Amino acid sequence: MSATDLPEAIVKLIGEVQYEEAGEFPVERGYIYTTCSSVENGNPLFWDDDVASDVTGGPIAPPTMISVWFRPHNWSPGRTEPAVPLQVHFDLKAFFDLPEAVMTDNTIVFHEPVRVGDRLRTRQILRSVSEPKTTKLGTGRFWVIDVEYLNQNDELVGVESYTGFGYRREGSQ
Amino acid sequence: MSATATRKLLLGDVHAGDEVPALSYPVTATTIVLGALAARDWRPMHHDYDFAVNRNGTKDIFMNTPNQAAWFERFLTDWTGPTGRLGRMKFRMKGSVFPGDTMVLAGTVESVETDDTGCGWVTVLVRLTVDGDLKTDCTARLALPLNDDDNPWSRRGDRWRP
Repeated sequence: MSATDLPEAIVKLIGEVQYEEAGEFPVERGYIYTTCSSVENGNPLFWDDDVASDVTGGPIAPPTMISVWFRPHNWSPGRTEPAVPLQVHFDLKAFFDLPEAVMTDNTIVFHEPVRVGDRLRTRQILRSVSEPKTTKLGTGRFWVIDVEYLNQNDELVGVESYTGFGYRREGSQ
Repeated sequence: MSATATRKLLLGDVHAGDEVPALSYPVTATTIVLGALAARDWRPMHHDYDFAVNRNGTKDIFMNTPNQAAWFERFLTDWTGPTGRLGRMKFRMKGSVFPGDTMVLAGTVESVETDDTGCGWVTVLVRLTVDGDLKTDCTARLALPLNDDDNPWSRRGDRWRP
C-alpha cells in the first residue's frame, strides 16, 4: 500500500507500464555457463544437451537468470552515460533526492522456460511507494516495482517483483 | 556425471518437515565479483571496496541479489535433480554476504501438495546464514514429478500454475 503523502507525479505512475524495451542481445550460452560456474551449479540441463533435450525439449537458461537478459551493457556506442537496469528504481531515487539505495525483497514467478536464442522484452510497473521511513541505513522510502518478461512469441516467461529502499545516510548532505 | 545429473526426486519422496541437505561455501571477493559480472550487474558496490565502504556504508563489497537467487536455485536443484522445476521464489535480505564469510544454505520442506491440474508441488523454506546469523530467507515453490513418467517441464499454459 502506498503512502498518502505522495506527489501527484508519483501517484500517476503507480500501475502504469513504463520502459517497455527489448534485451540488447539474445539469450546465449556464455552467460549461462558463467552463471552456473559462479555458483558451481552442475545441473545437467545447462551442461548436457542430451539431458536438456530429454527433460526440457532443448537448452534453457537457469530460471533465476531472468533479469540477466535485460541488464544493459555498461557502455555501448552513442551512449554518454552508463545505462542502468530497473530505471524506475533510479527515477524514484532522483525524484525523492535519495542518493543511496538497496534492494530488500525479491519475488520471482517463473512461467515459460527461457530458451537459448530467445529475444526477451521487459516492462516495468511501479506498484507502491511508502511513507518516509528510518532504518539503520538512513531515512528514505520503500518502493515495489514489478518487471514483466515476455519472449518473442509474446509468452510470459516471468514476473519479478523488487522492493527497494532509497535512503540518505544520517549526516549526509 | 554429477550426482545432480542422476538424481530424480519424486513428490512421494518428500514430506513436510524434511530437511534439504545443507550447503556450506566459503565466500571470497572472487565469488562476489564473479557472481555480479555473471549477472551483468556492473554496480560498484559489488566490485569496488572503496565505493562499498565509503558510499554504501557497508564493511566490504557484498553479494548481489541475482547471484543470491542463483545460489538458491543451485541449492534446491542439487536436491531435486534436473526434473525439479522452480515455480516461484521469494527472498528477503536481512544482511549482506561479504568476502571472508562462510555462508550456509539450509532448507526445510514446509508443505507438499498436488494442484487441480495434477502438478506436484513442494514449498521449501531456505535460510542463508553466516556464523548462525540469518542473512537471507527464501521461500521457494518447486514442481516435482509424481512418478517416472511425469515431467513438470512439459507443463504449459493453464497446466502450469506457479
